[in-house]
Amino acid sequence: MHKTRLTLALAGLIGCSVAAQAHAGEVEVLHWWTSGGEAKSAAVLADMLKARGHGWKDFAVAGGGGESAMTVLKTRAVAGTPPAAAQIKGLDIQEWAKLGFLTELDSVAAEENWDTTLPGVVTQVMKYNGHYVAVPVNVHRVNWLWINPKAFEKAGAQIPKNWTEFVAAAEKLQAAGIVPLAHGGQPWQDATVFEAIALEVLGVEDYRKAFVQHDAATLKGAKMVEALERFAEVRRFIDKDSAGRDWNLATGMLLRGEAGMQIMGDWAKGEISAAGLTPGKDILCVATPGTEGSFTFNIDSFAFFKLKNDTDKAAQQALASTILTPEFQEVFNLNKGSIPVRLDSDMSKFDSCAQDSMATFKSANEKGTLIPSWSHGLATTSQVQGALYDVLTKFFNDKKADAVATADLMARAVQSAQ
Amino acid sequence: MILAQTQTARRPVRLGLTLEHVLPKLVLAPSLVLALVCIYGYMAWTGYISLTPSSFLPMYELSGFEQYQRLLENDRWRVACFNLALFGGLFIGACLLVGVLLAILLDQRIRAEGALRTIYLYPMAISFIVTGTAWKWILNPSLGLEKLVHDFGFTSFEFSWLTDPDKAIYTLVMAAVWQSSGFVMAMFLAGLRGIDSSIIKAAQLDGASLPRIYWRIVLPCLRPVFFSAVMVLSHIAIKSFDLVTALTAGGPGYSTDLPALFMYAHAFTRGQMGLGAASAMMMLAGVLAILVPYLYSELRGKRHA
Amino acid sequence: MRNAALLSWQPRLGRLFIYATLIAVAALYLIPLWVVLLTSFKTSADIRSGNLLSLPDVWVLEGWIKAWGTACTGVSCDGIRGYFVNSTVMVLPAVALSTLLGALNGYVLSLWRFKGSELLFGLLLFGCFIPFQVILLPMAQTLGWLGLANSTAGLVLVHVIYGLCFTTLFYRNFYQALPQEIIKAARLDGAGFFTIFWRIVLPLSGPITMVTLIWQFTAIWNDFLFGVVFSAGDNQPMTVALNNLVNTTAGVKEYNVDMAAAVLAALPTLLVYAVAGKYFVRGLTAGAIKG
Repeated sequence: MHKTRLTLALAGLIGCSVAAQAHAGEVEVLHWWTSGGEAKSAAVLADMLKARGHGWKDFAVAGGGGESAMTVLKTRAVAGTPPAAAQIKGLDIQEWAKLGFLTELDSVAAEENWDTTLPGVVTQVMKYNGHYVAVPVNVHRVNWLWINPKAFEKAGAQIPKNWTEFVAAAEKLQAAGIVPLAHGGQPWQDATVFEAIALEVLGVEDYRKAFVQHDAATLKGAKMVEALERFAEVRRFIDKDSAGRDWNLATGMLLRGEAGMQIMGDWAKGEISAAGLTPGKDILCVATPGTEGSFTFNIDSFAFFKLKNDTDKAAQQALASTILTPEFQEVFNLNKGSIPVRLDSDMSKFDSCAQDSMATFKSANEKGTLIPSWSHGLATTSQVQGALYDVLTKFFNDKKADAVATADLMARAVQSAQ
Repeated sequence: MILAQTQTARRPVRLGLTLEHVLPKLVLAPSLVLALVCIYGYMAWTGYISLTPSSFLPMYELSGFEQYQRLLENDRWRVACFNLALFGGLFIGACLLVGVLLAILLDQRIRAEGALRTIYLYPMAISFIVTGTAWKWILNPSLGLEKLVHDFGFTSFEFSWLTDPDKAIYTLVMAAVWQSSGFVMAMFLAGLRGIDSSIIKAAQLDGASLPRIYWRIVLPCLRPVFFSAVMVLSHIAIKSFDLVTALTAGGPGYSTDLPALFMYAHAFTRGQMGLGAASAMMMLAGVLAILVPYLYSELRGKRHA
Repeated sequence: MRNAALLSWQPRLGRLFIYATLIAVAALYLIPLWVVLLTSFKTSADIRSGNLLSLPDVWVLEGWIKAWGTACTGVSCDGIRGYFVNSTVMVLPAVALSTLLGALNGYVLSLWRFKGSELLFGLLLFGCFIPFQVILLPMAQTLGWLGLANSTAGLVLVHVIYGLCFTTLFYRNFYQALPQEIIKAARLDGAGFFTIFWRIVLPLSGPITMVTLIWQFTAIWNDFLFGVVFSAGDNQPMTVALNNLVNTTAGVKEYNVDMAAAVLAALPTLLVYAVAGKYFVRGLTAGAIKG
């Protein structure tokens, strides 16, 4: 009697645990968020998913802006064991979807009305053939100029609104013994700076022509040559140790007042907050010279891979919906420095830079000045992006390089990479 | 030949005989199968991919020699090849020189030979991440060597090779020589210990001076060691990837790019797998150009001996 | 040693010069290690204010403790201690298997030669030179088919395959120098293939086995490329964790933690060289490098 009851109880227990296990799947998430604010953000996502009863298997591959991570992802996909979700963005999402690796998220999307809560520019990137295959995490603005007000005060410099003022401010900083522009000599950082300069010179329309439509005439046109000449001038505003420096170390220079400015996307804010400073107060944020009102966007997103295991699939769907909850969007983007991707987000907890960013995002969306950042893979395939990186970083590091020839080279490189 | 003798020696056991015939091949078989698949099979695969327009992941429809043409027009590839020649030449030359000198000096009945040898050898034991991090730091103008010398009072001293596109390649050579010369030293030391002393004794009796003995007698005896060392070093140079990634990542610009890095970047990060495969095939062709003469002489030499 | 006796410079000045050169070079070689060690004992503030070679103002173990137990590698912040086990579990079988197979291959290719065996050796040798990036994707596919993707077993297999070329080369060249007469005599006594290997050849293989073990251990322990590509979260080796750690920064780069982690990661190989280094040269002397 006693015995049977015990057995029953045990059976019940086992049954329960089996049931619990059936719900609790595990998602393996490949990402390269390993610097200060980013790592914290990833940890938040892991915790929220655990709160929903699913496991998070962290698969961080650090280094090189995701270069190693992409290698790992490709080999995993080829081996037939892709992770549940991977940090993939921009046009690469389309490539993966085209090859049939990605799973559809339409049911979650319909349930939670992604079509109405997310702006069209964003959903366009996340969809393949009209089906959701990826989830956006945030929106970064790339054309930010970060300014250390103390350094500016010390040098008597004015906040620059256009290129001429930028040069003037840089020269004043230099005269005061401060490095004018904090910069890391890595191809993508060179490209980020050039992108901002090119946007001012080319304007929104020609930027699209050159970097989205790859129009050869615009790529080697007179305006592009001028942009390159300005880019060449930046060389004298950076310090000699910049080669190979990571972006967050460059941001560190800005925070300590060793440098006066930095051109960098708003992920720099993660570093600012991690250092206990307030963006918008201790470190100022303005649009890069001459790009006020324009918004070059960079969207981080997770693409979701086809899985075999049903419980893991459930966990995968849960992850997708967790990412877009207002709570996660808020916590995550507060850490990461970006703005939430939901248009209905409450911005009251965010700093003034983020609020400004959100306002510009909405207004640019209406005015049509919302531009994909090519230097971060939102406008071009990685082939074209890489070809442009090569040409630009060579130009920036070669003091003898000629702007006209380089513009020509850009047009040819883009054509060859397509 | 050996087998023929066996047959006459052990007439009766037929089963054993066939087994003896088959066993060596049987033992070798697994390795050979693995090599055939994982070296030659994969190489053939890469060769095939280099003839396709593969971009993101492998594709299998052929498109001719398009990728090779692109490769030859690519400035970065030319820089990478030139760098390999420069880097490889300097690296191999410097390693041989340092290795021979250290080995000769160390062979002079040195008291703390064991300790010194370990010191020369230890860089080999350390992985590239460590090496890269340490060297990056030492060569960084505002943190490392330059600052050190400035702190001693020589403020005009300048050492910014790492950040100078024209000189950064030499920092790679420095770090690579530091890492590998110890091994070369060990090889030469071993070679020196293997030389028959009677030859040297005879030369000494003839009144030859010591440097002359080394130059005329000892070094020529070490020829096979030179050969092996060059083989080992050239394989390190061609495969150099880790050190470059850790120290310069190909920069500034792409001034320190090497073929292995080029191949990796295009095949994996850039989604130009076809181009990456084509560059890999060019690298393999380079390897063959070095290896075939070596193997030829090796196998011929054995036949004569 | 016998040559050395004959060839040593007698004059005192000469000897002084030799010692001075050797010690100077040794110092030069030690600088990176010295810098790394010193840095690992400094505080972050100390690193910024002092120079490379200056001694720490205060010696602190902070960097070491953090690197071992609490430094962040991606999302998890457990330091690198867990990865020691991963690397060990992977390295030991990989080294043992590749060495054993190399010995057997070398034995066949030098003492049991058959028609075409030299050609086969040449084919194997080519494997030493293949740039490993080339084989990543096809290998991944193969491992996927075998069901070994992202497992320790798969990683071990990869290391064994590409280690084989070197181990075979070492053993083959070593056995090449053994007198064929020993084998002949043994065979006349009726000893078979394996008996000769176990009883006669293997006992003579001490020096070259040391060289091979050291070589393989160093190569596999330090490998990053295969480690990052063919392993998943739970079984990632040390080097991958170290890379993640060095690249995981929160605001300011903590050089002391990075350097301490780097030393910890290199400790096993450093120990191997310090303890077994003399066998390395001895093994090379014994004939590994001939030809």
